[in-house]
Amino acid sequence: MIGDKLHIVVCIKQTSSSTNAQFDAKKATVQAAGAQAAINPFDEYAIEEGVRIRERLNSKATVHALSLGPAEAESSLREAIAKGCDGATLLSDPQFEGSDTAATAYLLQKGIEKLGKLKGPVDLVLCGKQTNDSDAGVVGTQVAAWWDVPSAASVRKVVEIAPGNPGKVVVGRMMEDGTDTLEMSLPAVLSIVKEINEPRIASLKGKMASRKAEIAVWRLSDLEAEVEKIGAAGSALRMGETYPPPKRSGGEVIEGKSPQEKAKKLLQKLKETKLL
Amino acid sequence: MPSDIWCVAEQRRGTFLPTIQELLSIGKKLARELQEKLTVITIGSGVESAAREFGKYGAERVLVVDHPALAHYTDEGHARALAEVVRKEDPRALLFPCSANGRSWAGRCAVLLEAGLGTDVTELTIDPQSKTLKMVRPCCGASLLMPLSCRTRFPQMAAVRPGAFPRAEIQAGKTPEVRKIDLDPSRWKLRTQFKGFEEDHSQVKDIAQAEIIVSGGYGVGGADGFSLLEELAKLLGGAVGASRRAVDLGWIPYRHQVGLTGRTIKPRLYIACGISGQIQHLAGMSQSDVIVAINKDSQAPLMKLCNYAVEGDLFELLPALIEEIKKSKG
Ligand SMILES: Cc1cc2nc3c(=O)[nH]c(=O)nc-3n(C[C@H](O)[C@H](O)[C@H](O)COP(=O)(O)OP(=O)(O)OC[C@H]3O[C@@H](n4cnc5c(N)ncnc54)[C@H](O)[C@@H]3O)c2cc1C
Repeated sequence: MIGDKLHIVVCIKQTSSSTNAQFDAKKATVQAAGAQAAINPFDEYAIEEGVRIRERLNSKATVHALSLGPAEAESSLREAIAKGCDGATLLSDPQFEGSDTAATAYLLQKGIEKLGKLKGPVDLVLCGKQTNDSDAGVVGTQVAAWWDVPSAASVRKVVEIAPGNPGKVVVGRMMEDGTDTLEMSLPAVLSIVKEINEPRIASLKGKMASRKAEIAVWRLSDLEAEVEKIGAAGSALRMGETYPPPKRSGGEVIEGKSPQEKAKKLLQKLKETKLL
Repeated sequence: MPSDIWCVAEQRRGTFLPTIQELLSIGKKLARELQEKLTVITIGSGVESAAREFGKYGAERVLVVDHPALAHYTDEGHARALAEVVRKEDPRALLFPCSANGRSWAGRCAVLLEAGLGTDVTELTIDPQSKTLKMVRPCCGASLLMPLSCRTRFPQMAAVRPGAFPRAEIQAGKTPEVRKIDLDPSRWKLRTQFKGFEEDHSQVKDIAQAEIIVSGGYGVGGADGFSLLEELAKLLGGAVGASRRAVDLGWIPYRHQVGLTGRTIKPRLYIACGISGQIQHLAGMSQSDVIVAINKDSQAPLMKLCNYAVEGDLFELLPALIEEIKKSKG
């Protein structure tokens, strides 16, 4: 809490919006000339949910955006402020490069810890479901693991949020067969799916705030983090050079004079390949 | 010395998800190469007798953690339970299903065990020298493949994309060693409580488990059009998928959405009806074994990428196809 305000942190990642971009395994990010950098689309839902929780609590909450990445990621943090976040911090250091998801989660958690010390303990962390480049989809869970707090992934609804001592959050978790309801004590980490909300576009007021905002950049030396746990050397997962997938065989056009004839031929093909 | 391949069996309300059969088929191959044991581990409440069944899919050993506090999956509880067993038993590799919960479970365990974790893995082999996992996963919306490996430290962990491997077949006459492991989660002060479950009442199968998916896009024209797709899907024992455009228009719920911001699936057969095949859609389905595209426009991207392209109006082709299938079934 920061005074009587719930302290919410939203973790975002800047990714390339071009899907044809080359994946840079060393930096664990997509790099391409001309590829437009933007907030990971999944994280937009996390930002929006943070803002909605603040609205729900009649502004008795503050929403802070946190990102790990190169200096350029600052622009995405400004965008997060334009979309309603109250402030933002960037974790950036050449030594962070090559971190796998567990190491990235470790650094984010160290950032959260520092935010807590500076402003007041963090109560709730929101993450997007996954990133659109390296798609690991586990950063939220792993932040919670390093922090040793409860977490839930695939969150489609925040049913209830109650600050207090300890506060609690009740969420709906989207499963393959329906929805689970879980209650967790705060602090907690939620990974959010797209269905949860419809992100708004930046307001004029937000845009002005984003231009004026001061975004702190924290280096490794600013965090109480062990260098052995980060970067390529500190990561347990090694990423190799990417390559294009083999071309799909077939590409066969099903010809026929009538829909019936085409349907018959298609069915025959599917039977030949033992699919039906 | 670390040894053995472990497959994590995910259960929902006492029923095992079929992904365990897929893990057992690839797990067995790896275990054979290593000449090590194939083990199933499961965590739940009242699951012991059902877990014995894994012998018939090739498991040589079944480890069961059975406790009422672990009846329902939570990140905290299940990760801690699994990590405790792993620390005691020292397996070489852990294979998880990369389902909604499996992904999260694997992620949390990887931190607790300081282990390397590959997610969304679609290829899996053993490096003969180091006896470590060699993994491949699609990335960048499936436009690229990325090899992954773990630092030589054990366990090595892979979360395997559902459908990436065939299901293990039933084999006769194998009785696995079943061992119950005692843990006491009531002492862990877990902070997550399971409050309930609400079933999704749509009659159609979930896409994650379907071997055949009939998927619709903007060309389907509305919620009514999807009932045609549903009819075909039911006839084929499959499920219904959708493009984001169809979902955003409210024609079908989000859980059916395939693609970058939807779900990733790898069925044996994907029949795309009135879907153009934008890169974000391809991200969710391009790993399907066989793709059929039905589209009015022969120049649509998916018509070029699929195995079988059928040009035409889906409102004519689908009824004809349904008719033909009914005929052939007699
Ligand atoms: C960040 C981001 C994330 C996204 N995530 C996803 C995602 O997860 N999944 C996804 O699907 N999309 C996603 N999209 C959207 C994607 O870019 C496309 O807009 C979308 O996939 C198009 O859907 P569609 O193919 O149904 O529609 P269209 O592109 O409009 O295609 C409709 C097709 O139907 C054909 N058609 C029309 N009528 C008929 C008929 N009667 N019979 C036969 N064919 C007919 C047309 O010829 C056309 O090819 C995302 C976009 C962005 C920017």
